Formats: sequence, C-alpha cells, structure tokens
Amino acid sequence: MEIFAQQIVNGLVLGSIYALVALGYTMVYGILGLINFAHGDITMIGALVSLTLVQLLAAAGLPAPVVLGLAACGAMLVCAALGLSIERVAYRPLRRAPRLAPLITAIGVSILLQYSAALVWGKQYISLPSIIEPVRFTLFGAQMTLLQATIFLLACTIMGGLLWFIKASRMGRAMRATEQNPDVAGLMGVNTNTVIAFTFLLGSAIGAIAGLMVVLYYGIGHYFMGFMLGLKAFTAAVLGGIGNVAGAVLGGLLLGVIESLASGYIGDLTGGVLGSNYRDIFAFLVLVLVLVLRPSGLMGRHAGDRA
Amino acid sequence: MQIHKIRHTVAALFAATLLAACGKEEPPPAPKVEAPKPPEVLTVKIGSASPLTGPQAHIGIDIRNGVQLAVEDLNAQGVEIGGKKVRFELVAEDDEANPTKATTVAQKLVDAKVAAVVGHFNSGASIPASKVYADAGIPQISPSSTNPDYTLKGFKTTFRVVAHDGQQGPTLARFALNQLKAKSIAVIDDSTAYGQGLADNFEATVKAMGGKIVAREHTTDKDTDFKAILTKIKGRKPDLIMFGGIDPQAGPMVKQMKDLGIKASFIGGDGMQTPNFIKLAGDAAEGAMASIPGLPKDQMPGGKAFLDKYKAKFNQEVELFAPMGYDAVFVLVEAMKRAGSAEPAKFLPEVGKTDHQGVIGPIAFDEKGDLKNGPITIYVVKGGQWTPLEVVKPEAAAGAPAQEAAAEKK
Repeated sequence: MEIFAQQIVNGLVLGSIYALVALGYTMVYGILGLINFAHGDITMIGALVSLTLVQLLAAAGLPAPVVLGLAACGAMLVCAALGLSIERVAYRPLRRAPRLAPLITAIGVSILLQYSAALVWGKQYISLPSIIEPVRFTLFGAQMTLLQATIFLLACTIMGGLLWFIKASRMGRAMRATEQNPDVAGLMGVNTNTVIAFTFLLGSAIGAIAGLMVVLYYGIGHYFMGFMLGLKAFTAAVLGGIGNVAGAVLGGLLLGVIESLASGYIGDLTGGVLGSNYRDIFAFLVLVLVLVLRPSGLMGRHAGDRA
Repeated sequence: MQIHKIRHTVAALFAATLLAACGKEEPPPAPKVEAPKPPEVLTVKIGSASPLTGPQAHIGIDIRNGVQLAVEDLNAQGVEIGGKKVRFELVAEDDEANPTKATTVAQKLVDAKVAAVVGHFNSGASIPASKVYADAGIPQISPSSTNPDYTLKGFKTTFRVVAHDGQQGPTLARFALNQLKAKSIAVIDDSTAYGQGLADNFEATVKAMGGKIVAREHTTDKDTDFKAILTKIKGRKPDLIMFGGIDPQAGPMVKQMKDLGIKASFIGGDGMQTPNFIKLAGDAAEGAMASIPGLPKDQMPGGKAFLDKYKAKFNQEVELFAPMGYDAVFVLVEAMKRAGSAEPAKFLPEVGKTDHQGVIGPIAFDEKGDLKNGPITIYVVKGGQWTPLEVVKPEAAAGAPAQEAAAEKK
C-alpha cells in the first residue's frame, strides 16, 4: 500500500510537469487551432536559461530564494520574448494558409530551437548545483520532498489563475471571443493580433516555469530534453481535451499516474516479458485510445463548432 | 597556478601550431633543419572513433585526446619503421554513440586508409563496426568496450585494452556478496549492449554464487525519471542496487533514491565512474561504488606522469579512458616496428603478440584479443571524490562459471 501511494505521488508530480507544459499547447490550440510543436523546446530553453542563471547567481553567493526568483524571472522573460518572436515570424504570416503549413513551420522551429540550444549550451548533460537542501516528509506512507509538493501546487495554482483570468479579465474575454471566431471578434473591436501574441507570451512564460521545475526536480538539463517532454505534454493536452485549460491539467496528472503505475507494475503483470523501459508505450497507447474512442478528449467540447 | 596552466596551454598551442605547420609545408622552411633535404617521411594514419557529440561526448573526447597525445609523443620521439622515418597522423571521427553511425564512420576510416583504429567507446558501436574493420583487415583496439561479444565474433582484427564484462560483472558480483555481504540485490540496466551485458553478467554470477536478486528493472539511456522503478525496488527492500549504465542516468538515479528514502547501497560499472556522475548526483553521490577495469589512474605504472602531461596539454582532468587510448596507439606502433611495416596485413599478426608496458600496466592479449589478466578496481565516492576502495584481479577459476552461466542464458 505504501508502495502504491508512493507510485501515485510519483505520478502526480511527473503529471504536474506534463500539465504545466500542456497548458501552453492547449492555450495556443484553443485560440488558433494550431499545434505549436515548438512548445516543448520553448520549455527546454526555459530550463536551460534558468539552469545557467542558477549556476551564475549561486556562484555569486546570493541566497537561494533570490537565485530561484531571479532565475524564474529571467527564464520567463527569455521564453516570453521567444514565444512572441516565433509567433510573429513563423506563424502569423501563415495564419490564412492551409492548416498543414503552420504545422510544418512549427516542426521547423522546434528543430531550430534544439540545435540553437546545442550551439549555445553544447550537447552534453548540464547539471544543476544543489542550492536548496531537499526538505523531506512522509504523506500517507509516501516519501515526498517540499519541491514535489510545490510543483503539484504550482500546476494547480497556475491552472486556477488561468481559468479565472480567461473568465473574468478583459483580455480573457477577448481571448474567448477570438477563440469562437477571430473574424467576428475583429469586427467587434478585438485586436486579434494582440490577443494571439499575448496567448503565446503567456503560454511560453508558463513553459519557462515548467522548465525551471524540471531542472530543479531532476537536476539535469540537455538540449534534447524538450522533445519527449513536448510529446508527452501534447498527449496530456489531447487526453484532457485540447483547447481546454482544466482538461490539460487533468490530462497531465492522469498521464503521469498512468505512466508511473505502468512502469511500476508492468514487469510483474507481464511476468517479466515487458520491462519498465516500455513505459513510454503507455503514454502513446493512451493517445491512440483517446483519439479513437473520444477524439475531443475527456473534457473537450465536441469538435465542429469552429470551422 | 593559473599562470602555470596558461603557460602550459600556450606551449601546447605553440607546439601544435608548429606541428600543423610542419604537416602542411612539405620541406619545412624552418631554419632549425640542418639537413638540406630530410629523408623520405612515411605518413601513417591512425584512426580514432568515439562519440564527440551527445551526452557521452566528454568520455569520447577523452579517448580522442589520449590518442592525439600518443600520436604527438610518437612524432616528437621520431619513429622509424622498416628503416623509414614515420610521421603519424590522427584521423578522429565522431560516432555519436550510435551503432548505425558507427558503421558509417568505420567505413569512412577504412576509406581514409588508416593503418589501424582506436575505438569505439560504446560496445554497441564497437561491435557492428568491428565487421567493417575485419573486412578491410584493419586492426581495431577498443580502449573501453567491455561487452564480451565484441571479441567473440571470430575476427582476427579485434582487440581491447580493458577487462570485459565477463570479468567486470562477476568481479562486481563477488565484491557485492563477499565484501559488502549483500543479502538481497536489485539490478537495473539501461537497455544498451554495455549496460545490459554488464547487468546480465552480474546477475548470473550472483545467482551462481547463491545470492538473491529481488528485482530486475530496465530503463533507457535517455531517461531521467526513475522514480517509478525505484519505488518498486523500494518495496522489495534490497540492501544493494546494481546499475548497468552510464553517468547521465546513474547521477539522477542516486539523487532520486535519496528523495525516496532508499537506504540501499549503490554500485555500478565503469560507465558511471566519472567526475560527471558526482556533479550530476550532488550530495547523493556519497557512498556510491563503481568498478573500473584497470588500476586507479594514479596507481597506474605511468599514471602520475600521464595525468600531468594530459592536464598540461588539454587543461582538463582525465575522464576515463585517455590512458587506454594512449596505450592502444603504442601497442599498434610497436607491432608495426616489429613487423617492419605499417601495412595492416603485415603488422596485424604482431598485434596479438604484444607485450607492452603501458601507462595502464602490462598489456598482453589472449587468443580472442582480450586483455590478459586485466585488474579491476572498485571505487567509492568519499568526500565528493572517487577514491579507490579495492583492486581485484579477475580469477580465472571464478570467472569461468559466470561465463558459462551467461552463455546458458543465450
């Protein structure tokens, strides 16, 4: 039972990271109907920027909370700027193009980001100096660290904040209007370009936070880390219903738990035929099943109200 | 100190520039040369193949540097083969630790007409590449590939200057049972030829000696999240966890063990015995153990001098296999000297008869091309440093049942 509880905790934390990344996918998809495949790599840039900042600032002897705060701000700024420029350069010119075109540029941008990062940071694994002493405690028999709890709460808080923002703020209303019909929203005086740019900015900044969390959690960064993370987060977004903010978080958490349980128990269930190295299969098996059985995802609206 | 380093670097750079200059302009116009026309110089190319990019680049570059150092030393000494002056030239290729890329790189080296190859780093790369070199009749000395299969293909061209997993795995197992007195052991591997080979050999010996394996898990060489498998292992309450794999996984793994409150000891093979492992694992590295074929760097007969020379030249510490790469070149060149030829076909039979006192100790090969009686050292992380714990000589008698057991599995 203790082990089961531990696996659930592992899964929830892993899932929270997926959820943070998935928010970026889902927001952009909600507004533009575009799958921004570069989002995983924006997260990677956020992770590496914060890693470098932590390394530099910790070496300068600043206290840990200041280091983390500055690293988070720095990474968010870089990623927000990156998100804005990618939207301006790679997606806006193609907004009226067939749907396949922006998808291809998205993949192009993703590769561009990966190899630019490889040029800047090199192709080796970069390690994070340990700046915070992990605080460990036990919850329902499962070992947790304060960082794990923070990651989980952060994912929930950001989701809550986003839901409130979209529902209650002026910009949020503009976002909803753009989502329903960009042309009509434009006629009603909504500057859709600003709204879309803002969506990218916000999604990328959340991606930067996710990157910082990954770096803090695993203590390691790498130019290729955004690829698998992006795919998993995309799967999470689809699972929850792409375009739906709460769905992205639900999908992320669910995917994390499924993966964690799968790699914990697959060896025993298959009598050792499949090992825990097959756990990625489960993420994508879930993706296939969702697409076949419930294409709009767990919390998604029915497709078709947006042509 | 700093100034010394810089001076060394400048000197090394200067020497390198001189060498490069000599290479380009056929009759060196340097006024130092007294002879009006130097005797005919034969250029012999030595290939080096290892991952120079990717997560394992630090280890691959280390090997390349070792080979480069050997080539430069030999050129500085001035070597004559069959009465002709010889200048050696390094051809370094990047196999990206990728088995497919390795065969391409191997073909590239063959086409570049190298006399011999030092490489590759990964067993997964060395094994497929060995076919290419064997077909071309070019001797290949791997400085680091420890999968037993590497020398079991029946090629006359494959050699290695490290103990293989058939020796390393069982040594680890004996150490775990006899010295650590482990009662229950969990085994994890990274699903690569190296990691899985090492783990299989370890497991077979533990079982043959009556030890208890409570869990056998697999991850991949790209993963960074091991929480799920570690949690499962935690449930089996082992007192030792053995990992067959390399440092980018081993580092985060021990960190996550600590987070999960697993008290078991951690032991692995040579792939994780690197400074990088300690950097990646941080405080959690303390107490982790790893075996490495060969003697401790500074206990090698030529160790201290080599480490200093390496540091002066490259301004960094030896990661792992630079001494093996260095010695491999000398083994090849001595074979050429004995044969009086740099033709692979002529000096290949001599490689097998090597009896060389290298940086790493005495080097001799058995009939398969494996290093004879290579010692294995167990290290432990103490105070943030890898410290030698114990040197183990593989016992021929004890190694045999393990190899049989491994063979049985196949």
